[in-house]
Amino acid sequence: METTSQTGMPNSFRNQPDDRGHFGQFGGRYVSETLMPLILDLDREYRAAKEDPAFDAEFQDLLTHYVGRPSPLYFAERLTEELRKDAPDGKGAQIWFKRDELNHTGAHKINNCIGQILLAVRMGKTRIIAETGAGQHGVATATVAARFGLPCVIYMGAKDVKRQQPNVFRMRLLGAKVVPVSSGSATLKDAMNDAMRDWVANVHDTFYIIGTAAGPHPYPEMVRDFQSVIGHEAREQMMQRTGRLPDLLVAAIGGGSNAIGLFHPFLDDADVGMLGIEAAGHGLDKEHAASLAGGSPGILHGNKTYLLQDEDGQIIEGHSISAGLDYPGIGPEHSWLKESGRVDYSHITDKEALDAFQLLCRTEGIIPALEPSHAIAAVVKRAREMPQDAIILANLCGRGDKDIFTVAEALGVEL
Amino acid sequence: MNRFQKAFGKGHPALICFVTAGDGDTAANLDALVAGGADVIELGMPFTDPMADGPAIENANLRALAKGTTTRDILDLARGFRDRHPDVPLVLMGYANPMVRRGADWFARAAKDAGVDGVICVDIPPEEDSELGTHLRGEGLDIIRLATPTTDAARLPAVLDGAGGFLYYVSVAGITGKQQAAMASIETAVAALKARTELPVAVGFGVRTPEQAGAIAAVADGVVVGSALVELIAEHGNAAADPIRELTKALADAVHGARKEIA
Repeated sequence: METTSQTGMPNSFRNQPDDRGHFGQFGGRYVSETLMPLILDLDREYRAAKEDPAFDAEFQDLLTHYVGRPSPLYFAERLTEELRKDAPDGKGAQIWFKRDELNHTGAHKINNCIGQILLAVRMGKTRIIAETGAGQHGVATATVAARFGLPCVIYMGAKDVKRQQPNVFRMRLLGAKVVPVSSGSATLKDAMNDAMRDWVANVHDTFYIIGTAAGPHPYPEMVRDFQSVIGHEAREQMMQRTGRLPDLLVAAIGGGSNAIGLFHPFLDDADVGMLGIEAAGHGLDKEHAASLAGGSPGILHGNKTYLLQDEDGQIIEGHSISAGLDYPGIGPEHSWLKESGRVDYSHITDKEALDAFQLLCRTEGIIPALEPSHAIAAVVKRAREMPQDAIILANLCGRGDKDIFTVAEALGVEL
Repeated sequence: MNRFQKAFGKGHPALICFVTAGDGDTAANLDALVAGGADVIELGMPFTDPMADGPAIENANLRALAKGTTTRDILDLARGFRDRHPDVPLVLMGYANPMVRRGADWFARAAKDAGVDGVICVDIPPEEDSELGTHLRGEGLDIIRLATPTTDAARLPAVLDGAGGFLYYVSVAGITGKQQAAMASIETAVAALKARTELPVAVGFGVRTPEQAGAIAAVADGVVVGSALVELIAEHGNAAADPIRELTKALADAVHGARKEIA
């Protein structure tokens, strides 16, 4: 039974999911019977690992010495000043970044991969599979598979293989087999379908490292827990540096793993506002990937959550300039946080993200990935409305090296 | 006696045939299945993301959707089938999202009104039964559950709780249309299931030929064939009824003749 206060709001936003994996009406375990026993087994193993200090010690050790954590907390002084120039008097919040783009492999994805591969080893699994969209999760998975000496197969939409060649080559260098998926729309959702097909046929020896805080329970909880290192560090660093908590957290959302990782440790700090940014692509009235803004609840890939779908429940392909946000669903905890009102969600178009991408390059000497460029674009809008002593903390969840070809094409530059 | 009980009470094992709604001339194909001797019909509801299916049925799903097949069309196909074949049990098989899109109660009523007898939902396990099964049983429809090689004895009671129609044993851990399991393991598994339930046990996944179907029918109450039929539609398009009837006839002869003593 969920305890609620007299206002009807939960006493804590940090006690989800329930023991069957439900975040309110969302989440759950919607998988075929073949996978159910494995999912239940994974849940038991994850509970045991969570209670085991040795598991946490190894996780922390690898985060420190292999990933390079803690990632810095950075005050973006020049960007802050730039935005104050045309802000109303007294407005223009301080902008800070959690620099998860400095992690090994260049994004936050590695945090989760370290946690899951430790669990795979603990469960005696000898083969790793994963899906990938932009290739960041694929690279992170191939990396940890190499580090632990396990064979690894990455499913990637054929379209994404084409537009993300550098990451495909990285994965192959790391020893992974990259399987292009040409069925359906040949993007991330289809890669996930094929990863599920592989998993169901190889349940005895294979561990599926899901890259975002979605999928059947316990994945959304597990991925959130592993990614929460972002928010825990940020909270401590912010207290040390400024003596207080930020006023607003901002993060981009595809499936939502970097956002939930930043938000979750702050959810019960009532004075900390939170803003999740979906990809509005060409605009919400055209092709986009904003499941919360333009979708409705449904069941896909093992969980109930907001989906882009038609009136018959057929899934509609998402579009974003950022391959990492180009997914027609969203992690179920975000669906719940939206409905509970604790987190605000908004959206940013391809064009706005491209502008923010260039702004950060010029003002801070940081080339961000297109995913956090969506968050930065939202920060640009919000900072102007907030007083100068307010603090906005955005998650810089990935670096932009992988995106320079996409950006060049969008800007009409031939490389 | 409901249609399932009659179909499994003919004195021989039952042949259960699957085609995807909206793929090819579905009404003609359904009639061909019945003419060929199918005892139970599974009508697949196409979905954009059929992750439990291999290439044959996945492509059938995508072909059907590319033609613009809607939920309304599927229900119309079911209603037409029921009018033409009052006694043959009809099962809708598919994925959760199209079934719950307008609400599970809406779907249960619509399926009932269309003359459907039971529903197989690939991705709603017993743990999430309230999402669909409760509503179907409320309308007097059966929810047909799947048991697999990974369903152990501890879990089987949960699978059987609320199950109706027949129990569908998925003989391989994998997707549809791929390899077949060893006969010995099928025989052992079916015996173990039959010891725990009164429901007829049908075996599917990877059954392609009359020989395979006949061998399985010797140890089970029913045999399910899907991909091999769907591949005929891929090959023959809108003119698949004749080849479908011929294959069904060969399958039915093998299945019905495998064991006469069953009652």
